Amino acid sequence: MMDLTVDLGFIKLKNPVIAASGTFGYGIEFSPFIDLNKLGGIVVKGLYFSPREGNPPPRLVETKSGLINSIGLQGIGVRRFAEEILPQLRRYDTAIIVNVCGQREEEYASVVDFLDKGEGISAYELNISCPNVEKDGQCPALNPKATHSLVSLVKKTCSRPIITKLSPNVTDIVEIALSAQEAGSDALSLVNTFLAMAIDPETRTPRLANIFGGLSGPAIKPIALRMVYQVAQSTSIPVIGIGGILSGHDALEFLIAGAKAIEVGTANFVDPEATVKIIDELRVYCQNHNIERIEELIGTLKVNL
Amino acid sequence: MIKDPQARIIHKECWKDYYLLSLESSIIASEAHPGQFVMVRIETSPHPLLRRPFSIHWKNKERIEIFFQRTGVGTSLLSQKETNDTLDIIGPLGRGFTISEKIQGKEIVAIGGGRGIAPLYFLAHILRTRRASVKIFYGGKTLEDLPLKDRIEKNGYDLFCSTDDGSFGYRGLVSDFFAHEIKKMNPSFLFSCGPEPMMEKIARIAQKNHIPAEFSLESIMGCGFGACWGCVRRIKRKEGVVWLKLCEEGPVFSASEIVWKSERE
Repeated sequence: MMDLTVDLGFIKLKNPVIAASGTFGYGIEFSPFIDLNKLGGIVVKGLYFSPREGNPPPRLVETKSGLINSIGLQGIGVRRFAEEILPQLRRYDTAIIVNVCGQREEEYASVVDFLDKGEGISAYELNISCPNVEKDGQCPALNPKATHSLVSLVKKTCSRPIITKLSPNVTDIVEIALSAQEAGSDALSLVNTFLAMAIDPETRTPRLANIFGGLSGPAIKPIALRMVYQVAQSTSIPVIGIGGILSGHDALEFLIAGAKAIEVGTANFVDPEATVKIIDELRVYCQNHNIERIEELIGTLKVNL
Repeated sequence: MIKDPQARIIHKECWKDYYLLSLESSIIASEAHPGQFVMVRIETSPHPLLRRPFSIHWKNKERIEIFFQRTGVGTSLLSQKETNDTLDIIGPLGRGFTISEKIQGKEIVAIGGGRGIAPLYFLAHILRTRRASVKIFYGGKTLEDLPLKDRIEKNGYDLFCSTDDGSFGYRGLVSDFFAHEIKKMNPSFLFSCGPEPMMEKIARIAQKNHIPAEFSLESIMGCGFGACWGCVRRIKRKEGVVWLKLCEEGPVFSASEIVWKSERE
């Protein structure tokens, strides 16, 4: 029997496959397709304190092997989440991670304070990197000081582990990763989407109402993988790899590069069974390579220097 | 809603830019209601990446049909699929048309523009089994944009065709044709699907004549089942005007709920 469990230190996952925030709704949308109990974890859609309207449509445009979105974190807010969604999610035996958003630092803290009072959440993922809510993709994850300040503030009062989700839209992602680590983040997840755009030459207008959006999907995977490798090399807290993972093969690349777990995003839209298929493919790989514990694989990239 | 990974194409018809595929999928067929749609995965390769939404055009016990126009990469590749190929489809999705119990003997108008005829054929079929008298308006740019004309006629519906260039039927927009014909009709309900400016005009005519109406709207969709929040549209509800997901709350909305483009500007 292959052991697919991974230990992030603050939480043990039954396997390294987590559904990524913003691509898995509030989780229950996928219950008609898959057994949610099979997942390592679910990161639910980003939550602000209050309900949020999001950006005007068109919010999506497909590009070559990619998807640009500018949803703008439309959502139901913490109160409705705690009352309507969380009781349903508690029935499942999988790690529930809440993606936490805020207009200002204080809002992140108040979302966490509110949710800390209830049961059924394993960790928070701090969404400091959404490119769709401020002008020109501005967000705390673009700046080491802002990252440090926000993570420290939330960490001060928060009773649960914190995963900080990083943006790839920076010159040096390692610098931001180290800031989050120094501020007390328990883990890092990367990468969020790449700030991007598409144009309709017929009308000479942007394809997205918001002009810019965040690029995800297989198109970004090689860059995401490089960033995960760099961050895993330079930090001592667990790294969760995200970026264009469609298959077990893609997931393996991230694990070998040093990610302790991975998040599956855009693939959930293409195939709502993607997470479960990736778990099966990881199991088959371990069987075929006589790997008893998948943790043996993590960070085992062979580099001849 | 189920995912059928291997819906076999059992019949295909082609016209110039339009295609009809019959897909064997008894479970989706058994649940399908007029106005609902399916999400079709066109390729297993990452390009095109996302599934594409298609209204259910017709169904019987074991099959559903989709009718589409070739407009981009996805529909071009889909148009190349052949009989016995299989497609991974999810459906039936969304909320379809409201079909009242009290329609027996009533006159009902369905107005389709171009590929917008797709969901109305299934709707007309169900309305007729409930003994409503269905009149179908079908408009296109030119005769080539009315590929389903013969099928609709052969099945005995009252058909009113229009073409922008006058190559067949009324010369002009289908909305103008309807505005003209409404004087001779007394419909108790109206359903429509097509280009947004056409639907907006029809909504105004319906309102003026006090005919309750429903419209099937179109949007780019990421997933089709409520997870991505990409297909929102401003809709009037009790609590005010809100962004609602077309895939879950729609794609069909009543005329009184829709905020049309000109109202937004």
